[in-house]
Formats: sequence, structure tokens, C-alpha cells
Amino acid sequence: MAITPNPYKTTGLLGWIDDRFPLTKLWKDHLSEYYAPKNFNFWYFFGSLALLVLVNQLLTGIWLAMHYKPDAAQAWDSVEYIMRDVPWGNVLRYLHSTGASAFFIVVYLHMYRGILYGSHRKPRELIWIFGSLIFLVLMAEAFCGYVLPWGNMSYWGAQVIINLFGTVPFVGPDLVIWIQGDYIPSDATLNRLFSLHVVALPFVLVGLVVAHLIALHEVGSNNPDGVEIKKHKDPNTGIPLDGIPFHPYYTVKDIAGVGVFLIIFLGVVFFAPDGGGYLLEKPNFTPANPMSTPEHITPAWYFGAFYAMLRATPSFAGTQIWGVLVMFGAVALIFFLPWLDRSPVKSIRYKGPIFKIALALFTVSFVLLNYFGMQPPSALGTTISQIGTVVYFLFFLLMPFYTKIDKTKPVPERVTYEAH
Amino acid sequence: MSNQGVDPGRRRFLTLSTAVVGGAGVVAATVPFLASWKPSERAKALGAPVEIDISTLESGQRVTVAWRGKPVWVVRRTSEMLDGLKKVDSSLLDPESKQKQQPDYIKGEARAIKPELLVLIGSCTHLGCSPTFRPDHPAPEIDSNWQGGFYCPCHGSKFDLSGRVYKGVPAPLNLVVPPYRFASDTRIVIGEDPKGVA
Repeated sequence: MAITPNPYKTTGLLGWIDDRFPLTKLWKDHLSEYYAPKNFNFWYFFGSLALLVLVNQLLTGIWLAMHYKPDAAQAWDSVEYIMRDVPWGNVLRYLHSTGASAFFIVVYLHMYRGILYGSHRKPRELIWIFGSLIFLVLMAEAFCGYVLPWGNMSYWGAQVIINLFGTVPFVGPDLVIWIQGDYIPSDATLNRLFSLHVVALPFVLVGLVVAHLIALHEVGSNNPDGVEIKKHKDPNTGIPLDGIPFHPYYTVKDIAGVGVFLIIFLGVVFFAPDGGGYLLEKPNFTPANPMSTPEHITPAWYFGAFYAMLRATPSFAGTQIWGVLVMFGAVALIFFLPWLDRSPVKSIRYKGPIFKIALALFTVSFVLLNYFGMQPPSALGTTISQIGTVVYFLFFLLMPFYTKIDKTKPVPERVTYEAH
Repeated sequence: MSNQGVDPGRRRFLTLSTAVVGGAGVVAATVPFLASWKPSERAKALGAPVEIDISTLESGQRVTVAWRGKPVWVVRRTSEMLDGLKKVDSSLLDPESKQKQQPDYIKGEARAIKPELLVLIGSCTHLGCSPTFRPDHPAPEIDSNWQGGFYCPCHGSKFDLSGRVYKGVPAPLNLVVPPYRFASDTRIVIGEDPKGVA
């Protein structure tokens, strides 16, 4: 029986596959003939690094689940068992726990790159929305994973985060019991968070990453100049004049980035896996104890900014839901960025002074919020967090106005690039 | 039966009714998934009332017992402690306990059935941390108007010796008084209302 031969004229085994499955097509569309702008800089490492860290988390996570017991009576001991008795178990666990922090570092920098160069602007809104969803799921995934060792900080962290839902009017207390499956965080809670952490959320996460990349490869990558390389194509080949194939150019570039990243990452894994108490908190070296709260409860560092916003918002009208709304609102605002930025230019290179000042204030506020979110409560910390929260929100909410009146510079037709 | 053309009205009706019935099926199918997250029969059984003996509890001391896994404090307050309650009224958010953070039979500033015996759920009304017992006073590092009470180490919420919350702290409500009754002069059942009420 005759079949339609594939258009790539491949033969042999590859030809046999290509007649039945678009293997060569996928390779060309996404790697060897995906044309990315030639002026990518340092900031463009963090997308591929995020993918690397995701693979690290999946692999080490699968192996940890081979030794871990999702049972309130055994969880803590099974983690110590992994650390002491399982061959290379401590390395697997430190790769996973350090990987969680590394994930947030590269994702925060990846998002910041998007803000710098306007990578969220038309026609890349959906890439940004998929990315924001990835960030949201990543936060849920990190929280669930944080609870699993069932140390005392895991336990009380779970208590604080789940109780956020208790502030919902009318159904709050019942909602908390439903989430916990008990009157307090307990075995039932640990068991379901385990299921979410190793099955449900990773599925969603990987699916969103695929959607993020499909959307990216559909419209093409932005670049530090924020100009569209598809506007100037070679009339004969149809290839963007400022585009270079992702493979081999950017695979090679990214491998260099991976090398530098691994030196730093493995340095932490091998020599400072607890990160001075910031990557693995000291109270989590004692088992969960519902009767004893740690001296001060701090979230993992990557939630510091949002936690500071929660703490900085006073209760009002007999409920503390406002702090919860502020915290979730701060995440929700990120989704709307493509429509909040009304500047005629995308990249910070051609934006005016108002945007640069706004972004600087936002950056300082975010770092300060993160810092004070990890400190014990203090009057100074609360005041600074309140100012920081207001700045964070104004950065987004006033963006439609200040980006419109800002004085922008003319944008070049082609990307700026010097051969080196 | 005619095979000439289609009847769009009939087709639309069938599509719509299939979608509605199928949609109802999907909604019904979510019930077991959502309901399975509710406390199991075992968890509910473990949430039953607990009885404690307070005959050895000294004046000014506190004991902590677990009820539904939450810490429940019983404090035998001294007369000096009870006198101190009035002095902090002006610093409190809800000195008269108007918010329903206690059963209806708990009244007054002492917030207790027997004024000297305070029973509280030791879980901060902000985000559920367990506050520290600080009967010592004065304690200017906590509050200039401190007559003893409970201080939450997580976010700095302050409560007096009846569990009433101070103004200007993250916690919006007084600490919860659980339902409890006296089985005898020295035995308290936590998790059950006194006979004849409720």
C-alpha cells in the first residue's frame, strides 16, 4: 500500500518514522530552523536554565519518592533515613531542596527580563499568561513540597498558609477543615499534599511549560531591542535577516550558561546545602509539633515579599481577609502586565526616565519586602513593608498612565548588534 | 423518515439537551472527588471531647492539653491577674467580647464559667500560631500597658489574660473560648457545652 512520502525526503529509519510521525518536522520547527534574534544577551539564559532546573526537580523528585513515606508518623524519619542511610540520598535531597530555591531565582530573573524588554507585549500576551500560571503553580508546588518533611517549620508553615483560606467570609472555617481533611494539619493533610506535589501539580506544570513554548515558537522570541525580527525577512528564503537558528547557536550559548549555573548550584548543594538557614530552615531540623510554635515563623525566602505584604496589611472590619487579598492581588496583577504597559516601545532601552524610575522603585521595594518578610515582626519592618506594598501596587496600577506620558526614544528598524 | 436535508431545530434541541445532561453528569461526578477531602470517620472520632484533671494546677500557672490537635490552655488566674483585666480595657480592640469568639454562656471580662479558671484555644486568631504565655509584667518590650497575657511570636499579636486582643496588631479577634463544662470541681470536659445550654 502506498503512503504519501514525507516532504523532508528522509530515508532509512528516519524516513520510516517521518512518514508516520513528524520527527524531522518537530526538530526543524523548534530547534534547527527556529530563528531566534541574534542579539540575545545574558538575560536570555534563564529560560533554558528554568527548563534545566525543572528536569532536575522531576528526576530527583521521582527518586526521593522511592524512599519517602507520606505518613505523619513516618515522614520525618523517612527524610532522615534518606539523609543518613540511603546511598547518595543526601545528595538527591539537597539537589531537590536547593533546586527549589534555584527554580525561583531563575524564574524571578526570567520574569524580570520580560519586564525589562517588554516580552509580554503584543503578540506575546499568551506566553506571558502561561508563564504567570507557571509561576502560580510553582508557588503551590513549592508550598506542598515544603510541608512534606513534616518538620516543625513545615507543620506551622502549613498551618499559616492553609489558614489563609479561613479568612474567606462565611465558609472560611469549613473550607480550612475541608482542605486539611481534619481539624488541624494532620496525616490526612500531609497525604493529600504529597499527592498534589508528586502527581497533580507536576502534570499541570509540565503542560503549562509546553504551552508556554508552543506559544513562544508560534510568534517568535522578543529581544533586548524589542523590535520584531519578522519584519525584515530574506526575500528568497523567508528567514528573518536578524534571526539565527536556535540550534546550534543558542544551544551552544546556553550550554555555556549551564556550565556557570552548575558551578554555583552544585557549590551550594555540596558546601552550603542549608544556605545558612535560608534554604533549609533550622526549626525544620526538629519534627512537627502541634503544641509548640517555632520562635518566629518565616516562609521560604522566595515567598518573603508576598508574606511581608500579608503581614503589613492591618485587619479591618473584624477580618484579616484584606491581607490575603493584597497578597493574592499582588500575584494576580502580574497576569495583566501586557495590558497595563501602554508605552509605544517595548524595551527599556528606548523607554523614558519615568519608567526607569518606576522600575527601580519597584525593584527596591520587592527586594526590601522579601527581606522584611523573612525577619521577625518589628515596627520598622511593618512600616517599610507597607510602603513597599504600596509601591508594588502603584508600579502596576499607574503603569497605563506613566507609560503613556513617558518620553520614549526612537526604536531602530533592525536589532542592534555588534559581532564579537 | 426523510433523508432530504436536516431539521436544524431538532438538531439544536438534541445538541443542547445532550450538553445539559452531560454537564449535569460531569457536575455529579465531581462530588466524590470533592467530598473525599472532608474529614474521614476516623478523623471525626479523634475530634471527640477530652477531659482533664485540674486539681494539681497551682494559682498563676497554666496547663496545655490537646483537643482536636489544637493546644487548649487552662490557666488558674490569681486575684491580682483578674484585677489587671480592667486596667487594659482601653488598649483592647473588643474588650466586651462582642465578636462571637466564645459560646453564649461565656460573658464578662473574665471570659470564663468560673472567673479564676480560664479556658482558651491557644491558637492565634491571625494565622493560627500558638502564642507564648507571658504572665510577667510590666513588660515594656511587649506593650506599655501590659498586665500579663499572651504574645504571639509569629506576627506580634498581643492578648490579655482573658485572651482579648490588643488594638493595632495583626490578629483581628479575641482568642477562642472552646465549649467546655465542669464534670466536677476538679475535672473539665473540653469540647462539650454545660448540660442544659446549647
